[in-house]
Amino acid sequence: MNDEKTYALKSKRIKWFENPLISEDKVYWKPKRAIWFWLAVLSFAAAFGVNVFIAPLQETQILPYRIFLASAVFLLLSLHAAALRNPFLRAKLYHYCQFIFALGIFLSVWDLLTDKTSVLPVPYFPSAASVLQVMVLDHALILKSALYSLRLFFAGFLTGIVLGVSSGILIGWARQWDYWLSPIIKVSGIIPPVVWIPLALSILPGSFSTGVFLIFAASWFPVASMTANGISSTPKKYFEAAQTFGAQKKYLLFKVAVPHAMPNIFMGILTAAAFSFTTLIVSEMIGAKAGLGFYINWAKAWGAYSKMYAAIVIIALEFSVILLIIGIFRRRVLRWQKGIVK
Amino acid sequence: MTEVLIDIKNVNRIYRDDAGHKIYALRNVNLQILRGEIISFIGPSGCGKTTLLRLLAGLDKPQSGSLSIEGKIIDKPHFERGFIFQQPALFPWNTVEENISAPLKARKIYAENKHKAARYISMMGLAGFEKSYPHELSGGMAQRAAIARALLSEPKVLLLDEPLGALDAFKRSELQNNLIEIWQKTKTTMALVTHDVDEAVYLSSRIAVMTSRPGKISKIINVELGQNRDRNDDGFIALRKEILKELRLASISPQPEYNI
Repeated sequence: MNDEKTYALKSKRIKWFENPLISEDKVYWKPKRAIWFWLAVLSFAAAFGVNVFIAPLQETQILPYRIFLASAVFLLLSLHAAALRNPFLRAKLYHYCQFIFALGIFLSVWDLLTDKTSVLPVPYFPSAASVLQVMVLDHALILKSALYSLRLFFAGFLTGIVLGVSSGILIGWARQWDYWLSPIIKVSGIIPPVVWIPLALSILPGSFSTGVFLIFAASWFPVASMTANGISSTPKKYFEAAQTFGAQKKYLLFKVAVPHAMPNIFMGILTAAAFSFTTLIVSEMIGAKAGLGFYINWAKAWGAYSKMYAAIVIIALEFSVILLIIGIFRRRVLRWQKGIVK
Repeated sequence: MTEVLIDIKNVNRIYRDDAGHKIYALRNVNLQILRGEIISFIGPSGCGKTTLLRLLAGLDKPQSGSLSIEGKIIDKPHFERGFIFQQPALFPWNTVEENISAPLKARKIYAENKHKAARYISMMGLAGFEKSYPHELSGGMAQRAAIARALLSEPKVLLLDEPLGALDAFKRSELQNNLIEIWQKTKTTMALVTHDVDEAVYLSSRIAVMTSRPGKISKIINVELGQNRDRNDDGFIALRKEILKELRLASISPQPEYNI
């Protein structure tokens, strides 16, 4: 593999994309022509041009938006400069260029339909520039809300994972626990956690603890049931093999059953994360006095739709980062699966 | 060479089928396994050879009779009786090295015995694959790793349940030679379940021919061919014939326990 790579890199006789590692790549398969890259640059330049040369109708501070577009163009060009010496980076960059091109067109059209002509109904569809403007002007409150949501998320989610994994292990391992806990999990699993909001708000001391409880309720079920499933489906041969080399109960549980359940546990955690995101935002919209869910509701009440969109963008970013972190953990723990599972 | 290591006395292992009828997987089995020998169990499927091996491992219990090793009753698995499964039961989440040293960790004696793992890794020709995961190994290598894992505990007896059954002919004869090398180096007692007559004659000092329904040992054949056996040797061929005849006799006269 590596020899092939260096050979192809050193060889002057073939074009950079004729290297079989690049031309036969299944992941970055889009055309390897420079034309799409330049069109992508052009489309962002066009978005910039639209913003500069066509007079706006709305009162928007356009500087952040222009800085954003200019830095996008700058980033593309510098990536290209770096990619000229690295064919693999170049293949990756060119792969995404059609999409980046479409994005530039989308931004131009969006600008035209909002700020420049007000074709789209005014408060509900703000321009990209005004969303960015809000992010810059209101950054203190948005950041505070984002951190608050993050704190609430992790408090509930980690409780859910810890209790979910441990109860899942008990259920999968010991039939007494299975007998008593399984029905509870089955019933509580089908009840959407948000139904507890009215009750939780009146019983629990504050909106934070309510949120923690709801997110815990959302994440406990998938983690516990997937963990239990992974533990109880451990093939007998692994236990028998371990017993014949001298393993005791504790080893069988923690070094055989739990590692076997790990892929399932992570599946449970990812499902729990998705449930928890919804629950987090809903609980903040209803009960809380802080957080991104609250911010969205509050912005809507004031008719500040740009702020709402800004918050949505931040939510998307925040949740992607959380999923990214879970993904990194997962790849580390399950690196033995590389080559077994695609 | 004639010291008794394992004593199997009047062992009965009975299953019940769906209709509640008794099926004797093993009926009144008596056998003494000698220290340092390689004994093979051969017979048609359902003759209880694997059941007998699982009883020896302590993975299963007889309804009556007893199995003992050095006078101690076998009632649960112990690392002094290593077991090799037909499919190498390596942990897919552990590397080859972690798999082979797992017995040390399970017994919490890893720190002072780390060097042993390396010794068995090189003895089984797995050097260079320490960091590989089981799915990256060929079937033969995976089985060698499983054997290394069992040998690491320096067992008094190695129980092999059709360990080479899943391998192709070339890998099988390679591993048969590996087993002989191990035996020559360690003099570990081995009990081998197989359905391959040649394998039994090639490896064993004694062969127990088993019959089914009820499962029992019908004949014990001493193999006196010495070391470096040749599969085309007259003595080898004669033994093969004798065993095949014994197996045919067993299958021509089945004794139905019940009629449907």
